[in-house]
Amino acid sequence: MFERIKNLVIKEFIYYFREKRTVFFLFATPLIQIIIFGYVATMDVNNVSTALYDLDRSSESRELARRLESSGYFTIKRMPASPGEIRELIDKGDVLCAIQINRGFGKDIQKGIPTEIQVIVDGTDSNTALIAMNYINTIIGRYSRDMVGAKVNANVWRLDLRNRVWYNPDLKSRNYMVPGVIAVIVMLTCLLLTSMSIVREREVGTMEQLMVTPIRPLELILGKTIPAAIIGYFDMALVTVFGVFWFEVPIHGAVLLLVLCTGAYLLSVLGFGLLISTVSRTQQQAMTATFFFFQPVILLSGFATPIETMPAVFQYITYLSPLRYFLVIVRGIFLKGVGINILWPQIAALLILGTAILTISALRFKKRLA
Amino acid sequence: MNILRIKAIAKKEFIQIWRDPFSLAMAFLMPVILLFIYGYAITFDIDKIRTVVFDMDKSSLSREFINQFHESGYFRVNSYVESYKAIDPYLDSGRARVAVVIPENFSKNIRKGYNAQVEVLIDGSDSNTATIAQGYTLAIAEGFSQRMRGTRVTPLIDSRSRVWYNNELKSRNFIIPGLIAIVMAVIIALLSSLTIAREWDRGTMEQLISTPVKTPELILGKLIPYFLIGFADTILTILMSTLLFNVPLRGSIMLLLGLSGIFLFGGLSFGILMSIVGKTQLAASQAALLTSFLPAFLLSGFIFSISNIPKPLQIVTYLIPARYFVTILKGIFLKGSTLKVLWVEALLLTLFAVIVFTAANRKFRKRIE
Repeated sequence: MFERIKNLVIKEFIYYFREKRTVFFLFATPLIQIIIFGYVATMDVNNVSTALYDLDRSSESRELARRLESSGYFTIKRMPASPGEIRELIDKGDVLCAIQINRGFGKDIQKGIPTEIQVIVDGTDSNTALIAMNYINTIIGRYSRDMVGAKVNANVWRLDLRNRVWYNPDLKSRNYMVPGVIAVIVMLTCLLLTSMSIVREREVGTMEQLMVTPIRPLELILGKTIPAAIIGYFDMALVTVFGVFWFEVPIHGAVLLLVLCTGAYLLSVLGFGLLISTVSRTQQQAMTATFFFFQPVILLSGFATPIETMPAVFQYITYLSPLRYFLVIVRGIFLKGVGINILWPQIAALLILGTAILTISALRFKKRLA
Repeated sequence: MNILRIKAIAKKEFIQIWRDPFSLAMAFLMPVILLFIYGYAITFDIDKIRTVVFDMDKSSLSREFINQFHESGYFRVNSYVESYKAIDPYLDSGRARVAVVIPENFSKNIRKGYNAQVEVLIDGSDSNTATIAQGYTLAIAEGFSQRMRGTRVTPLIDSRSRVWYNNELKSRNFIIPGLIAIVMAVIIALLSSLTIAREWDRGTMEQLISTPVKTPELILGKLIPYFLIGFADTILTILMSTLLFNVPLRGSIMLLLGLSGIFLFGGLSFGILMSIVGKTQLAASQAALLTSFLPAFLLSGFIFSISNIPKPLQIVTYLIPARYFVTILKGIFLKGSTLKVLWVEALLLTLFAVIVFTAANRKFRKRIE
């Protein structure tokens, strides 16, 4: 039995490595993905391009502009000369927000009379807009307090809120995204490999040749999934090393635990790959089905947006996604450094889900062969 | 060029698509399902953040303070703990993202008029949620201080914020128009990337080579059926976004359809080019994933804004047609932009389509190696 599986595994590897292009895509794709994701997938709001319409031109308005710029969150890119120009700049997307300081601003502040500032934000990207607005309000609020403090020594009572951020104290979104991307890349590669490699035999017609050999269905399944798992593991190692050394994402937990959990994760991923292969006749169908499958899985896993913000119905669906559990595991191991005592429910869920899916697809696969 | 031969190839391709109802169904189901998920499940609006409270004071004032968290709607206080140590497992396992710690002398300090302190621990692993949660906690503390002071001290500078284009700051309005580009990029990649590779894989290319069909005729013939499917998908997604999700469509629908057609043509030509270069279906599928779907998703400004990307990668985004198309979609939907604002994007999309179509024609070798 092992001899037959071994032969099939060798045959698969020969197929993968025969064409230079295939090898390139197998190993370059994950690397390019992690590079792009690592650099691009950031929700951090920095250097928001800003237009400043300063009608006052006083030392106070300049001070405020300086504070906005030195915060690092805003870059004053344009100094429009009229309200019409503001409209144009925002319409074209040249700036994301515009600040208008009216005449008399500096004088009012010197006299201690309440004054106001107009802030216009392009709300198209609601997330960035919300964060940018928070920053502006904080900066203006602080400036306003400093000015009051300089005038009257008003000792107003206040509640002192101390925020402490755990696990990712610099609030770098890269640290959050990169571990998630690793999980996604491994899933993508393994899904495409298993589903397409089985369907290929069927499409090209070599499946019949395989069936006249003494190989049994289970051996065939193993022979097809083992190479995918090996390549999946290799890709995982590749992107993890890249994430840790290039993007300097900290890994606080045990690497060994990560390796073991990846195995549990691959169980369900390969199971789904097998399942896709049983519903597709051609490689195009397999690829379409893979895309069809992985997009909802990624979206409904907490990869980009937290699960608890989803409506209840969708929250229930997420329980079927292996990625949901694996994301908690990778992020836990990378950022929180937690161990098996915290992660056991996720590991158990992956094992149960994996076994169930693998069994179902193996049964379906056998039936289709017969 | 012979119209008859193009028609013949297009007809053959149509029959092949028709024989494969599975892929055809996917081509129409995928946009619907993606729109549903993005429209209903994916929101960047953050609320109901799970919160754990360690209240050492246990006074009416501390309870009122906690109540402010609840009432804001942004937080959902779901557990209380009795020690510092007990907070750790909540944050470690993700059962809570925020922990509020109220010290013993909280109400005593308030009554005596001393400043009171509250400690907030935030799980920063999801930095985006954490940043927004931080902003909310500060606002709640500020509101509470003002209530306790009894008087509202008017701040010296009142910043009046106005939000344009999407004034309720709904992330749905931001996501859905861009999503149309993503859906189209995916469909294009799936449909066209395997068409040529499939003929090579199955050996039917040799039969095609022996026919008098010329390269541009073959490529156009392969392109037309997928163009029609893609265009039907576009109309479907536009209808769903406006009618089902009430995303405002402020600009001209004709302009939208015209530019979508150009994007489709360029994208399909690119898929066919990948198919010619990739040769085997596995390689072509990986190539399509790498060159159409990922850039459209990541480098187009769909979710992640381009200005945040490091400079070298920003230059790369200029090569990605989805970038221009996302700008066009968001412009026409939310800003009501006209061709006067969008002409650069439209021109570049057209240029891309022409170049890629020519490249596909030149790259294709109609001979047996």
